[in-house]
Amino acid sequence: MPTATFRIWRGKAGSGSFQDYDCEISEGMVVLDAVHKIQAEQANDLAVRWNCKAGKCGSCSAEINGSPRLMCMARLSQVPLDKPVKIEPMQTFPVVKDLVCDVSWNFEVKKQLKPFSPRPPDAEDGSWRVLQRDVDRVQEFRKCIECFLCQDVCHVLREHHFHDRFIGPRFLVHAAALEMHPLDSEDRVGQLREADGIGYCNITKCCTNVCPEHITITDNAIIPLKERVVDEFYDPLRKIFRVFRK
Amino acid sequence: MIEQPIQYDVLVIGAGGAGLRAAIEARAMGASVGLVCKSLLGKAHTVMAEGGVAAALSNVDDRDNWEVHFADTMRGGQYLNNCRMAELHAKEAPARVRELEAWGAVFDRSPDGRILQRNFGGHAYPRLAHVGDRTGLEMIRTLQDYAVHQEIDVHMECAVIEILTDGERVVGAFAFDRDRGTFKVFRAKAVVLATGGIGKAYRITSNSWEYTGDGHALAYRAGAALIDMEFVQFHPTGMVWPPSVAGILVTEGVRGEGGVLRNSQGERFMFGDIPPAYRNQTADNEEEGWRYTQGDKDARRPPELLTRDHVARCIVREVKEGRGSPHGGVFLDIAWIKERLPNAAEHIKRKLPSMYHQFKELADIDITEEPMEVGPTTHYVMGGVRVDADSQMTDVPGLFAAGECAAGLHGANRLGGNSLSDLLVFGKRAGEYAARFAQENAAGEISQDHAARVARAALEPFDRGVDADSAENPYEIQQDLQQMMQDQVGIVRNEPDMQAAVEAIGRLRERAERVAVGGNREYNPGWHTALDLRNLLAYSEAIARSALARRESRGAHTRLDYPDKDERLGKLSVVICKNPDGDLEVSWEPIPDIPEELQRIIDARK
Repeated sequence: MPTATFRIWRGKAGSGSFQDYDCEISEGMVVLDAVHKIQAEQANDLAVRWNCKAGKCGSCSAEINGSPRLMCMARLSQVPLDKPVKIEPMQTFPVVKDLVCDVSWNFEVKKQLKPFSPRPPDAEDGSWRVLQRDVDRVQEFRKCIECFLCQDVCHVLREHHFHDRFIGPRFLVHAAALEMHPLDSEDRVGQLREADGIGYCNITKCCTNVCPEHITITDNAIIPLKERVVDEFYDPLRKIFRVFRK
Repeated sequence: MIEQPIQYDVLVIGAGGAGLRAAIEARAMGASVGLVCKSLLGKAHTVMAEGGVAAALSNVDDRDNWEVHFADTMRGGQYLNNCRMAELHAKEAPARVRELEAWGAVFDRSPDGRILQRNFGGHAYPRLAHVGDRTGLEMIRTLQDYAVHQEIDVHMECAVIEILTDGERVVGAFAFDRDRGTFKVFRAKAVVLATGGIGKAYRITSNSWEYTGDGHALAYRAGAALIDMEFVQFHPTGMVWPPSVAGILVTEGVRGEGGVLRNSQGERFMFGDIPPAYRNQTADNEEEGWRYTQGDKDARRPPELLTRDHVARCIVREVKEGRGSPHGGVFLDIAWIKERLPNAAEHIKRKLPSMYHQFKELADIDITEEPMEVGPTTHYVMGGVRVDADSQMTDVPGLFAAGECAAGLHGANRLGGNSLSDLLVFGKRAGEYAARFAQENAAGEISQDHAARVARAALEPFDRGVDADSAENPYEIQQDLQQMMQDQVGIVRNEPDMQAAVEAIGRLRERAERVAVGGNREYNPGWHTALDLRNLLAYSEAIARSALARRESRGAHTRLDYPDKDERLGKLSVVICKNPDGDLEVSWEPIPDIPEELQRIIDARK
């Protein structure tokens, strides 16, 4: 059987290095298979986070030869094997160990966002009447598997570390799914502008490019939200109305 | 060494659909709630459910109601179900689904703007509320996003390794943090097990690493009984090629949307073998089957939508008799519908988006153009912890179980879509009754000795040293178990194989006692795997011993040496208990009596 070399980052935050492992490969293998094989045969304590191995849970995010990907969907047939395959943890979050990083910040951010708040039901049994065409857009956003690859690649978080003032593409998509939900009655535009820091996004579309669910994050979620912020806060007519309301 | 206990009224173990729903309900009842999950929140196995959640909303076909759903569930389970659970499930599922919508779930819509429902195996009418083929993701995200605003303490990447009792009732649980490797002791008035299934005992499975039967094994060790463990569902359609993705699920929704099964001779072999109990409801020609999938209320369902146990057996037969596909499966073809529908490719991509991507990205197959190769994969366990139908409490006071780890609802075979509704209905009930138990009972005392013993045992793999001659690799033991269970306690079973399996489990257990791990306690998967072995071996033995005991073929349990049903056994469940000496004991008990009014409903729809 042919073998390939995998150059895997081992260690803890601040102290680690790449180590090379040779691994036999077979038809159809993905990067996660190789990591598992290495773990079972050569490095029992190699830390890697994974669950479904089918691209549905978003647990096995990592950087493969520098690109943020799900390891379970990265086929070896599409990765050059003539040189070592470099696998390292996501760079935007602190490393726990080896390929696992601490993504708890994301869970804290979600708690800060205003939850779904539906209008009163349309029917006596507590249900609503909504047409498919009115939920198509929201369903695109709800495909998100929370792999946080978009957060990883976003330069506002990755290079500028603005975790305290910018919620990142994942949660702008989450906010868009709520804001554009036909039943929702909450207003998040003020929060998006202030606490969520939507202005920091300068629509380079890096997030859209890495999304394994092919969500058009920038064009369909972030830009329409930015437009809502502009309409609400920077429209000259509305500005005048606001002055008079006060 | 043992930490100060963390105290809750209700501790929920597992954060899939059942665990989240239980936590939400217990919290709504005013209890303080801790929620423990082995993975990150929102990654539990529910996320992988595809086809839909079964509930008689009658949005698409107004002939549907709870009675039909009840009768379908009982028939699918070969009448070994706990009828009270099947009744509660059928009655309460619609309200649980509507509740999800109120919490933000966005289901696919019917033309008049209501929740759309689709056809599925064994369901008389279109009954599965769904979101394309990612219904589980929608459900878990809705529950998760709702729960995080309810002041529930979530302990992520934390695994419970022992239920603590005072000899009679539950008093807490002993856990370790997967990332830091430190121990956590929980003191709780009531504990809900919602740990899911057992698929990781098999080599070919649709289940993730988490499915190591923790709840089954924890409850068993705490003194609760397990029932129906011989009934393991092999989903008929898993991927078979390439080898590294073998077992990944191909949703039944493919067949619900008109996909057909063919053998290597191009024959729709399912037409050749329709069980008598389903003959009246099954189409006898291809044209009628197609009309059914397109919503014709006068048409009967195609035989591809017979129950999962039957379809899986037919596929095994085709392969065994030399009519399989090149890689040992059969063909599942949805591309053919382009003969019938304009824009078929677009239709398939919209209805089955993740199937399209899964095959495109993992197997280089475009399912809108060519057939898939599929074969059975270990998917679900009908058996589990014996619970009270109404409250979901186990034999151990204060210990509850809900979802896949509990038994009763599905009998000998589960209908597709009934697990997502099971999670909601009985997750809610478990949370409610656990909170009530906590209101009525003070917290018990945790035995420091017991906790210390558990801690010492958990650390033994580090003490043995990986370089010792006797040292065993935890991954190798796990792989050997998976291969053995696949070969000897799989879809088709017989006495000698299963006897050998029981003996093999004994040898694996001896090896597991010599398992050694290196490195330290921080995020060490070798250690985690070593700790999983105890549970894996415990419930594997329960499955093998239950399967040996049931000398008949029924539902998901197929015996070569006893190919027929035995009417006498059709009224009995196999019970697995730990006897006072600590050994596994097998016994039989009658299934609950069916009250007259429920029997009438069953008879009317036979």
